[in-house]
Amino acid sequence: MALLANSDTISTAGDRRARLTRDAIGVLVILVLAAVGYFLFPNNLALLTRIIAIALLVLSLDLVTGYCGVATLGHAALFGAGAYGAGIAAAHFGITDPIAMLAVGIVAGALAGLVSGVVVLRAHGLPQLVLSIAIVHLAHEAANKASGWTGGSDGLAGIMPDAVFGLWQFDLWGRTAYVFGIVLLLVAFVILRQIVRSPFGMLCRGIKQDPVRVRAMGASVHGTLIKMYAISGAVAGAGGALNAISTQVVGLDSLSFTMSAEALVMLVLGGTGSLYGALIGTISFLWFEDVVSAANPFHWLTIVGALLIAVVLFAPKGLYGSFAAYLERRGRKGR
Amino acid sequence: MSAIFDVRNLKKMFGGLAVTNDVSLSMAPGDRVALIGPNGAGKTTFVNLVTGNILPNSGTVTLGGEDVTRLGPTERVRRGLVRSFQVTRLFSEMTPEEHVALAILQREGRSGKMFASHRAMPDVMNEAQALLAKLGIAQLAHHRVSEIAYGQQRLLELALALALKPKVLLLDEPAAGVPQSDTARIEQAIADLPSDLAVLMIEHDMDLVFRFARRVIVLAAGEIIFDGSPDAVTKDARVRQAYLGSYADARSVA
Repeated sequence: MALLANSDTISTAGDRRARLTRDAIGVLVILVLAAVGYFLFPNNLALLTRIIAIALLVLSLDLVTGYCGVATLGHAALFGAGAYGAGIAAAHFGITDPIAMLAVGIVAGALAGLVSGVVVLRAHGLPQLVLSIAIVHLAHEAANKASGWTGGSDGLAGIMPDAVFGLWQFDLWGRTAYVFGIVLLLVAFVILRQIVRSPFGMLCRGIKQDPVRVRAMGASVHGTLIKMYAISGAVAGAGGALNAISTQVVGLDSLSFTMSAEALVMLVLGGTGSLYGALIGTISFLWFEDVVSAANPFHWLTIVGALLIAVVLFAPKGLYGSFAAYLERRGRKGR
Repeated sequence: MSAIFDVRNLKKMFGGLAVTNDVSLSMAPGDRVALIGPNGAGKTTFVNLVTGNILPNSGTVTLGGEDVTRLGPTERVRRGLVRSFQVTRLFSEMTPEEHVALAILQREGRSGKMFASHRAMPDVMNEAQALLAKLGIAQLAHHRVSEIAYGQQRLLELALALALKPKVLLLDEPAAGVPQSDTARIEQAIADLPSDLAVLMIEHDMDLVFRFARRVIVLAAGEIIFDGSPDAVTKDARVRQAYLGSYADARSVA
């Protein structure tokens, strides 16, 4: 028995080491990719920063769709809330410290997440999807009408963030914004890795697979999902704030239906229910879009569509999901 | 012994039809009660009423002396009324270890923790391991549920219920759909349930009922028509009437 207990402890410790190693590798890969991007595309840092902001939106969507099974096509509302929150704080209230702007964006996103969670979670399946679409349209229209605050269809301009910690000015080449974005993405990634592996994350995965069983365990399905929606909103809000800080303008497109739908497409492309899937989906989609639209400005949307059909047909779990499944199959054969 | 679980004059109408009509039953810790009845007798409605999935028109449900009639299902679970399902309801992508750990964490109010891992909690891991070992499925602890046999999934259902440390356990046909080769293990697991736990089993398999129950309740057309020992149930005229209907009459005439 003592031997058994010992081997258990060892396997737990080993498990932990393996997980930490995996996380460290994840962080390292992001850092390496970030450095490669920085040195290979010094003139495209604005695009890379935009990819990071969208990646935060897709990560956030993955939290509710991939981990909790909530269908939504209105997630850009949370991203837009963060963007407008940070933008309005800077343009109207003189809060121009980038960290403070980020904090405002995170809070605005979390609040928007809370509100849309309360609405969207009242329904299931298709009605849920319709509610989420209604939310993003309402948010879009509200931002359009409140032009005194948001600049309406002209966009919110006059956002002039200060230097980060008073040291690093946001430069014309977007270097500071890029580094700021990478650090933000890394922090979000590490925190989310913790959350999805925690008991709370396990509960969320349980809700996705069988909410009736979760209730029979005495856990509150609705309360758990609302919490996850708020967290998801905070992450999307951080993405929105990053976008506002780096481009110094917030447009209505940041809370559009198109953006919500594209975020979902990126998530499916990368693979739902995995943070890596969300990151890989965003990078591949936006990179592919950039390359193809430059190569063939007339038919690039057709080519993007063809890629999506190919992925859905041949790799239904997404790029990362299919790769992970392939590795697992190989691992089993090896055993 | 005083009642841990008490149902008084429970009544549920669907339209003009009383599907549960004036049902009362009381259970003490350690009771082993089987609830049987022909199809359409109202067993499922009864389970839904006591677990809080539907609310009664009148009557009360008391758990450990507390009136829980108006409480929802999760509140009742937290107070010790736990059920298993007739068809297994498990998380297909999760492992038995994760299932049981989650149930233990939920019981202890720790399932909302966001910056911890159950694997780093030795007390939870040890309890989960011990429980899985007790039910003979420890070797499957790290397999995905979708990869393990149905009989073993039924055992995991029991493990999940036990991890919640219930005071009253409702077993809804615990051996349903299990191949013959595995029923013995499930019966053994049921026989090994904690002796202070009150168990109410809804079951069709009469052999299992007779081996398990020290008291049998028969429900027919929403009413309790028999409440007594397993020996007496087969001899009761109303029970035979309810189960065999006019066929019994025809035989008695012949």
